[in-house]
Amino acid sequence: MSNSVEQQESYDVVIIGGGVSGAAIAANLARYDLRVALLEKSADFGFGVSKANSGIIHAGFHHNLSALKSKLEIQGNLMFDSLCHQLDFPFRRCGIVVAAFTDEEMVIVNELYNQGVENGSPGIELCSHERMLMLEPKLNNDVVGGLFAPAGGVIEPYLYVFSLIEFAQRNGVETFTEFKVSTASRQENIWHITSSDERMMQTRYVINAAGLYADHVSEIFNGEKFEIIPRKGEEYLLDRASKAYPERVIFPVPTPNSKGTLVIPTVEGTTMIGPTAQEVDEKDDDTTTAENMKNIFVLAANMVSGISRRDIITAFSGSRPTLPGNDFMIKISETTPALIQVAGIQSPGLTASPAIGEYVKDLLKISGLTMIEKKSISRTNQKTVKVRFATRAKLKELIKKNPAYGNIICRCENISEAEIVEAVHKGHTTLDGVKFYTRSGMGRCQGGFCAGKVIEIINQETGIPVEQITKRGKGSWLIVERLNEL
Amino acid sequence: MKSDNKNYYDVIIIGGGAAGLSVGAVTAEAGLKTAIIEREADLGGILLQCIHNGFGLHHFNEELTGPEYAAKVETAAIKAGCQIFTETTVSAIIKQANKNITVDCSSAIHGALELEAGAVVLAMGCRERNRGNIGVPGARPAGIYAAGFAQRLLNIKGCVPGKKAVIIGSGDIGLIMARRLRWSGVEVKAVVEIMPHASGLPRNIAQCLEDFNIPLYLSYMTTKINGKQRVESIEIAPHKNGIADMSKAVKIDCDTLLLSVGLVPENELSVKAGIELNLDTGGPVVDSSLMTNIQGIFACGNVLHVHDLVDFVSEEAIVTGHAVINYLNNKAIANNEIKVIPGTNVKYTVPNSYNRAVNNSFYLRSMMVMDSAELTVYQHEHPVYRKKLKHVKPAEMLQIQLPVSIETSMELDPILPLTISLEAI
Repeated sequence: MSNSVEQQESYDVVIIGGGVSGAAIAANLARYDLRVALLEKSADFGFGVSKANSGIIHAGFHHNLSALKSKLEIQGNLMFDSLCHQLDFPFRRCGIVVAAFTDEEMVIVNELYNQGVENGSPGIELCSHERMLMLEPKLNNDVVGGLFAPAGGVIEPYLYVFSLIEFAQRNGVETFTEFKVSTASRQENIWHITSSDERMMQTRYVINAAGLYADHVSEIFNGEKFEIIPRKGEEYLLDRASKAYPERVIFPVPTPNSKGTLVIPTVEGTTMIGPTAQEVDEKDDDTTTAENMKNIFVLAANMVSGISRRDIITAFSGSRPTLPGNDFMIKISETTPALIQVAGIQSPGLTASPAIGEYVKDLLKISGLTMIEKKSISRTNQKTVKVRFATRAKLKELIKKNPAYGNIICRCENISEAEIVEAVHKGHTTLDGVKFYTRSGMGRCQGGFCAGKVIEIINQETGIPVEQITKRGKGSWLIVERLNEL
Repeated sequence: MKSDNKNYYDVIIIGGGAAGLSVGAVTAEAGLKTAIIEREADLGGILLQCIHNGFGLHHFNEELTGPEYAAKVETAAIKAGCQIFTETTVSAIIKQANKNITVDCSSAIHGALELEAGAVVLAMGCRERNRGNIGVPGARPAGIYAAGFAQRLLNIKGCVPGKKAVIIGSGDIGLIMARRLRWSGVEVKAVVEIMPHASGLPRNIAQCLEDFNIPLYLSYMTTKINGKQRVESIEIAPHKNGIADMSKAVKIDCDTLLLSVGLVPENELSVKAGIELNLDTGGPVVDSSLMTNIQGIFACGNVLHVHDLVDFVSEEAIVTGHAVINYLNNKAIANNEIKVIPGTNVKYTVPNSYNRAVNNSFYLRSMMVMDSAELTVYQHEHPVYRKKLKHVKPAEMLQIQLPVSIETSMELDPILPLTISLEAI
């Protein structure tokens, strides 16, 4: 079903990869008079690296300014306050503490502090034992000292990605899911791209933001040869009732390879501990192991009181896409025309993402793309209604307007039918897509009660037969068949 | 305190399953204005998805299916005059200064309702433990379901969850589902239990596994789940004290995993209301009237402790109903509750205190399998009651009635706690 060249959609820029980098670039380019397409190989955006991110907005003290990632981290951090108002995603600048438990660790903390000062980490502070406990009462009493970076914070990475996507869509960016780029050719200064299911499009510029698969995509475009090494991280999510829920993000003293195992107060009131950092062979390795679970709990309990394995509600893992040298590689391709590489976006990629969007926009300008701002844009996303945050008076008003706000589908997280319907209408038609958008199934029962109802709502709203509804796209089927109705 | 408010009820029961319906039948029959609030469209709770039989042998003296049992208790509650709110979810229970209790609800039908009650009965039931709770390592594909969730999919929605299944845990729902899946043409490859003994009822082992030649692996742990998008296989190995013997590991091809690894009383509302929980049961701490630490709020059924049989749920609910009636009639109850503590080999007791004037019946659960055992009730190390028991096991809840004579024959100290212990003999 190869459509002729005339029928093919033609874009100024195609972004490959709908994770946080691709989405931030799309949101940035949405402001300009350009025809932009965003391609994602999975069933929904952020389903690759981004969904398993810890959700930390880093404060710019972990890396030396000589690294590109460090510059973009600080810039990105400072953009989050205005972004969260504009895009309507939850963000809390709760601050970060790095806790030292020995004098040797304190030496490293001192270095981090000096680095933070040099990098311009706002308000960074070197702390005594007393100051640390005042800032974070959940820390174990044997903390020697540490540092406090008030600019650090937490977000929900998938919601951030979704809100960037929504902003991009509202302003004309065309988005495609289950679009896995399989071939590319260049004719008369135009790229011709084909997906694995033989959809085709053309574009003047290509941005490779393919995360773990950026090396494969680069190869498809005859770009630089490099290898993305997956570095897996496991995370454990604890119940809202966990006594360990801290005031701030708690970091241990980092090692050269990793920022260590953190104790994270998520925006929504659960406690998350992790991640590990382990180089793995397979890019899609999403396993968790008994050994790492044990280690994470020991490491977390060394820092914080109240950590208990009894509070685990789920575990997950994902891999960071790393390059040798551990820096980002964001550049105009030196081997291939009209290709911009956005690769190796590991930590602090989430924090840096709004700055990555700006940076890539500038690279496009340098590459010769004329960028004129649109005369009018939709500046903000529509605020989503969340029954769990509504007062009784507000709830009454909501239910009057739409009774589906009164029908609670997810009892653990208090999510209404109306919110799930909204998610489905916004294109989240897998169980995980609805979960990440609404939180339905993210609570302590992990979908034991609501998943069936969510499947039914997806079926009702989209007409997709239940046998074809999936957890997260192709192959992840949920139901094999329906018995004949009596 | 009675109120003219049209939203006032003498009793509000949260949950319209076996427990809630059984309480409602008692309180409404006694003339109390009773409301039952149920979040689903139909009354009956989990019974509705339990289409197998085996219910009601104790309570109704006949063998019923789950829906039949539900129909009986539902009819009784409605006949007695309970007002029913279905598709209505309670979001908060708030004790007011005037002794009444406000119950905040939300519903597509009734809107955001605030009801007021003289007494509230918690009857929200329980939920299933999930993969995270038991920490099964491995991949995270589709096809991993809690057994009760799969039961609902299959029996209510007619959706078959897979083709080749392994069941982790030998809880009753898992055993029932092993047979149910077989009947739906699903290959059930194994039931894997980490303990040396099955956790479901013996009759379910016989009727659901042995009759179908489904292998039960005892003392095996799950070491890994494999599968990228959908479950592809599971690896299990025998273990000693939680350490797997990988030399005897077995890999089983399957596309579906059902988890039947225990139930947890669902007390999020209770905790929010300030109700103290018993760590041994996961349910509220209750006195001999099954009243929680908040005056006027009672609990019964699986929200209080997980029962093996619905018959016991109904029994407990009836006791609760009468206690609610007494409470609302301001019947003076001698305030001489004696604390009851689980002793040797006893996982928990319910209720958590004893008052002969109110209730001398206890439910308890053993921590060990014992062919024959002696149950002893001690007060300050003095035995005050003994009873011989046969075939004691954790899977079967025990019920004891303390004879009235224990207080007359042995002067019970009014303050010192009672300890209930089980010893193998």
